[in-house]
Amino acid sequence: MTGSDGLEVRDVVVRYGQRRGHAGTTAVDGVSLDVAAGEVLALLGPSGCGKSSLLRAVAGLEPVAGGTVTFDGADLAGVPVHRRGFGLLFQEGQLFPHRDVAGNVGYGLADRPRAERAARVAELLSLVGLDGFATRSVAELSGGEKQRVALARALAPRPRLLLLDEPLSALDRGLRERLAVEIRAVLHATRTTAVFVTHDHDEAFTVADRVAVMSAGRLIQVAPPEELWQAPATREVAAFLGYQTFVPDGGELLAIGPAGLQVVPGVSADGDGGDQRWRAVVVAATFRRGRTEVTVDVDLGAGEERLVAVADGPVPQVDEKVGVVLDRRGCAVVHA
Amino acid sequence: MDGHGHRLTHVATGSALRRRPRWAWLGWGLAAGVPLVFLAVFFGWPVVALVVQGFFADDGVGGRVLDLSGFAEVLSQPRTWRVIGQTLAQATVGTLLSVLLGLPGAYLLYRCRFPGRTLARGLVTVPFVLPTVVVGVAFRHLFTPSGPLGWLGWEESFAAVVVALVFFNYSVVVRTVGGLWERLDPRAEQAARALGATPWRAFRTVTLPALGPAIASAASVVFLFCSTAFGVVLVLGGMRYGTIETEIWIRTTQFLDLRAAAVLSVLQLVVVVAALLVSARLRTRRERALQLTGERSGAHPLDLRTVRDALPAAVTAVVVAGLIAFPLAGLLLRSLRGPDGAWSLANYVALGTTGGRNALSVTVWEATANSLRIATLATVIAVVVGGLVVLVVSRRPRQRGLRRAVGGLDAVFMLPLGVSAVTVGFGFLITLDRPLGFDVDLRTSGLLVPIAQAVVAIPLVVRTMLPVLRAIDPRLREAAAVLGARPGRVLASIDLALAARSLGLAVGFAFAVSLGEFGATSFLARPDAATLPVVIFRLIGQPGAENYGMALAASVVLAVLTATVMMVAERMRGDTGGGEF
Repeated sequence: MTGSDGLEVRDVVVRYGQRRGHAGTTAVDGVSLDVAAGEVLALLGPSGCGKSSLLRAVAGLEPVAGGTVTFDGADLAGVPVHRRGFGLLFQEGQLFPHRDVAGNVGYGLADRPRAERAARVAELLSLVGLDGFATRSVAELSGGEKQRVALARALAPRPRLLLLDEPLSALDRGLRERLAVEIRAVLHATRTTAVFVTHDHDEAFTVADRVAVMSAGRLIQVAPPEELWQAPATREVAAFLGYQTFVPDGGELLAIGPAGLQVVPGVSADGDGGDQRWRAVVVAATFRRGRTEVTVDVDLGAGEERLVAVADGPVPQVDEKVGVVLDRRGCAVVHA
Repeated sequence: MDGHGHRLTHVATGSALRRRPRWAWLGWGLAAGVPLVFLAVFFGWPVVALVVQGFFADDGVGGRVLDLSGFAEVLSQPRTWRVIGQTLAQATVGTLLSVLLGLPGAYLLYRCRFPGRTLARGLVTVPFVLPTVVVGVAFRHLFTPSGPLGWLGWEESFAAVVVALVFFNYSVVVRTVGGLWERLDPRAEQAARALGATPWRAFRTVTLPALGPAIASAASVVFLFCSTAFGVVLVLGGMRYGTIETEIWIRTTQFLDLRAAAVLSVLQLVVVVAALLVSARLRTRRERALQLTGERSGAHPLDLRTVRDALPAAVTAVVVAGLIAFPLAGLLLRSLRGPDGAWSLANYVALGTTGGRNALSVTVWEATANSLRIATLATVIAVVVGGLVVLVVSRRPRQRGLRRAVGGLDAVFMLPLGVSAVTVGFGFLITLDRPLGFDVDLRTSGLLVPIAQAVVAIPLVVRTMLPVLRAIDPRLREAAAVLGARPGRVLASIDLALAARSLGLAVGFAFAVSLGEFGATSFLARPDAATLPVVIFRLIGQPGAENYGMALAASVVLAVLTATVMMVAERMRGDTGGGEF
């Protein structure tokens, strides 16, 4: 892919606390990754997996201990942060407290004529739905407004690549879901190439064209959201995506998703019609998002586990004995 | 490219550019080097030269040999141990009282809201910036046999010195502890109360431990100020009572015993370095703790019906009225009485003269002009040098070695806080006739006094600005850099913009400190270029009611000047907070 458009990360290593006679801790351990022009890639992983370190290395804020980062075919080694032409959105926005909203959004446009700058600031504020906020002090903005201003500020200089470091983590859930959709719309409207770091798979699936899953400094799988969900490469990826348990299925493993088990009335352990059926004891039942989620204790073959199953019929009582069956539409096959 | 006109970037190949260009290293090298050279020439060298003077004796053939007999000799004198004992006793008692009285003050002025709070905070700050000579004169007036508190019999006593030291350092405790208390999340204490703790238990088990680092940090700074106090002790203690600092002065100026002075300087340095080490340790802990706390949300309206508000309010009222307002009012009123005891402006009219029996070489107004000129120069030097130190020390380099070096620089620039100003002043006299072999006699150039005062003021400039710069989230700078700002623009638009207000306060402090500086100036100022504190000290040493009245009036003038400077500086600071004192 050398010479192509977009970001190209090759065997990148990031280490912390390095000094003579001490290798330090390796945060990113030989990651290779491509982001095509105009594509939005989510970097997904649990906290501490190295995803933010990789992002900071791409931005030029962390030195790269090994490997290369290139953009549009040009090696970025030695190019200081401010010459990379990238944008970066932090978790808490990091707005400049001593500048108003327009002063923040216009910060990266210092070299433009005043009129052009003002026009661009107004354009961006309108894009993020904050018309008329230009002269507001950043201290009086809500959390969501702050992140919108931060997004406008990062987009104003038309970055070649926008890096977003868990930009929604500090917000409450409803706002997070709404802003994730808005960010996707804005990124697509401006055709911005972007890398979006998050530990929330719903958020990653909402925003990104492709999702890269990281764990312990390594890249495990890169795939579009549906493909990732339907065919997680490893048990670890599946577990991180929310698959609750695994049962042997021929030579493979069957990953059971949040909707992979169904409660059926009756406790007979025999399957009728070939489907296997297990005895389970109801621990709790909650009505959520239009269906009943039943927490059950059940032994699927690897000892008793506490799992969630979906019930279509009447809500079962606590301590009631029920049967559960697999619903293959909510399961995925993982190579053992 | 997608036709959106992405901004042009100058992307060079990897080998052409290093991570940090050479000129950046040069810039940081200069920023660290200029202050270091300044400190080495105008602090390290004079102090070391003076100490060496004491440790080496002539060998009889024109050379010098190491001679440590001075230590044994000085340490075998009962007078030395009396002075060391008095220094430690005075510093310990002064520190304890300052903390005990300061805690209720910090609570009242930073945790309660009431009308006039801003005024009260300002009033409490006044003593700290008042020149030592003024405070000495004010309390001396209280305790003279004919003064308002003459019946206590405290003239030239330990008690008088301690009271004056508490007067000075009360505000250090109130401001240091109050600054943290204000930001302490009240919900921790509320949680303890909800769990059934009495207000006293909640305070003792939750709030007090959280304040611990700030209290300890304030206490070590106060201990330092108390143990190196000079002007106050000299004016109030008289000949009967002294500390290591005044003893150094007496041994050098009265007995010309440099060996004893050098030994005492070393002893004092040991005490000071120990206190500074403790202070630095506690300060890093405090800065870490500060990041954990939230906005200023803890203040509640003052409610005098509850014990927890009424008691601190009563204590603080007594302290502010009795300890702060009373001596200052006494000074002001007495300055307005003529030699015959009647109300008059005679003392102020006399400021245009050189005193009774020509006690002075210049009029007090001329000395005032000298003070202002010298303080301006000293402030410029202190803010430039101190500003460079702050810039370097506020960085967190990636490399361990560099990080250590930065920490070391921070500690080194605190040293002038504790090394006897008298030592510095005397060291100047013996080294700066031909600085570094250059053929300029700094002693006659008029630059010597401003430089000496700047050396004393630099630690305050650093301590005022450093917390503000350190509190800047490094990601703000990263955000600016990612948006295309060159390192220079990041410095100007983030660091300098956010530090601008604390710069105003730093300028005020430096100016106030220079105006009141007495220890070094008393050595260095030539009689025809005497400053206001030097003139005041000379006037109270002269006989005659007329000279005493002039000293009081001159003290009022100096106090008003200093208070005005600080008020302007405080106003410039606004409500952004930060700063150590």
